[in-house]
Amino acid sequence: MKKIWIIAVRELKTFFDSLTAYVLIIAFLGLSGFFTWLFGSDIFLMGQATLQPFFSVAYWTLFFFTPALTMRMLAEENKTGTIELLLTKAVTDWQVILGKFFACLMLICLALALTLPYYISVWALGPIDHGSVWCGYLGLILMSMTYISIGLFTSSVTNNQIVAFLLSLFIGVFFLIIFNVMSSNFTGQIGEIFSYLSLSSHFDSISRGVIDSKDVIFFLSVSIFGLILAELSLSKRNIVD
Amino acid sequence: MNIVVENLTKKYGMQKAVDDISFHANTGEILGFLGPNGAGKTTTMKIISCFMVPTSGDVKVNGRSILSNNEDIKKRIGYLPENNPLYYDMPVMEYLAFAGELQGIGKDKLHGKITAMIHTCGLNEEKHKKIGELSKGFRQRVGLAQALIHDPEILILDEPTSGLDPNQITEIRKLIRQIGKEKTVILSTHILPEVEATCDRILIINNGKIVADGTPGTLRKQSHGNEVLQVQIADAGNMDEVISTLQAIETIQMVDPLPGSADTFILQSEPGATSRRAVFNLCVQKKWVLTEMKPVETKLEDIFRELTKD
Repeated sequence: MKKIWIIAVRELKTFFDSLTAYVLIIAFLGLSGFFTWLFGSDIFLMGQATLQPFFSVAYWTLFFFTPALTMRMLAEENKTGTIELLLTKAVTDWQVILGKFFACLMLICLALALTLPYYISVWALGPIDHGSVWCGYLGLILMSMTYISIGLFTSSVTNNQIVAFLLSLFIGVFFLIIFNVMSSNFTGQIGEIFSYLSLSSHFDSISRGVIDSKDVIFFLSVSIFGLILAELSLSKRNIVD
Repeated sequence: MNIVVENLTKKYGMQKAVDDISFHANTGEILGFLGPNGAGKTTTMKIISCFMVPTSGDVKVNGRSILSNNEDIKKRIGYLPENNPLYYDMPVMEYLAFAGELQGIGKDKLHGKITAMIHTCGLNEEKHKKIGELSKGFRQRVGLAQALIHDPEILILDEPTSGLDPNQITEIRKLIRQIGKEKTVILSTHILPEVEATCDRILIINNGKIVADGTPGTLRKQSHGNEVLQVQIADAGNMDEVISTLQAIETIQMVDPLPGSADTFILQSEPGATSRRAVFNLCVQKKWVLTEMKPVETKLEDIFRELTKD
């Protein structure tokens, strides 16, 4: 556990040293603030004290921003060879993967925490459903976990950051849109499977304030699956062929 | 700590990078890995440093296999990979702290260790810079410092002096020699004088196999059993006569004139025999002036070329 923390802290420091963190947080706050307060179906248009507009914007912005965070994680280490240095220290592959996972998660949580003034502002404007707000945040965090683990996996299979970025967008778009479209095209059991795989249905129900264990299990299982794949791809150097 | 490598084999696809090699290294010994590019040096080092597992065979550190005691063994190994990969966006001090913490140095001792390492590796003026801002020589020192920070009992260095200037090379070699007194050091290089200057024992690897193992002295003996002398004889007159007279000495196998010289000859003795005395006596007898007689040592370069040619 301590090793995971050491790695996570180092990664987090690198985010801030390399300005990635600042750029990401500013872009995230700018975009989500713009669409929440000023443009499109914003809060004033809806005329309700709800953070729903923010959640639907964050749903999209995180889809693009998370791969931008994770693409560097393992691809760069593979490219520069620092992975060799890291893995010959007294750490396991899992500690490396989890350290990087938590570093990304912490940065996204920080970005989300900085949107709490939105919550307070809306709260000041009218009666707000606190439960659904916290559920929305939980939903965003769970969704980020899914994207991070997909991103870590794609970053582990290549040593090119752009490839890692595009590949994780490609995989992400299946969960975000394609499974949803498929589920409406198919009926019966197949349709249900696609519907279950679609990220949007799970996120919608959480952000409406309904925490169903089915949804939480979905996010966690996709995350864990992604991390396992990342670990496998990292340890493929050990495969005896 | 001793390292025993047993029948180590590593395949990449169909290609055997390391082919059934066995050797051992003991405490207080600096073992030099020598070999042409792609001979399997780096792969062997990667396996010993627990980066990857071998296809077959085993490495035992103090009797314990790297396959089962992975993490515990990693703590005892300091590793400097080829090309010295480092996080360029991290400051030197922070990076050393990171490496130290990962190797399990407690918070209380960490600062002292970093200070000591910065002193040992001569990084004092650069310690607050980012690694990416350092020159290659200083990066190499950072690489060495991160490998040494936890005071490992085994040190594995893959081409530790590549890219350094001659002064830095001398310094790093001195450092390695000093460290090597109490630790087990395995270093790879293709700079031959480096091996002679730093290593107690040499392993020459070619095509994944060990082709020679021994001290520089024993390797020389093995490769050229015959004594070779370079003799200069002044005022001898006819060159052909000198050659035939020298050839008549019983212990001499072959006489060649040194190319480009009128009075210098290369004499090769019969295996196990020495002809110095006979040559001297002959010169005295013939009243030739012997101006030079020296044994020709086989250079390590020659041994290397002989063993690794295909």
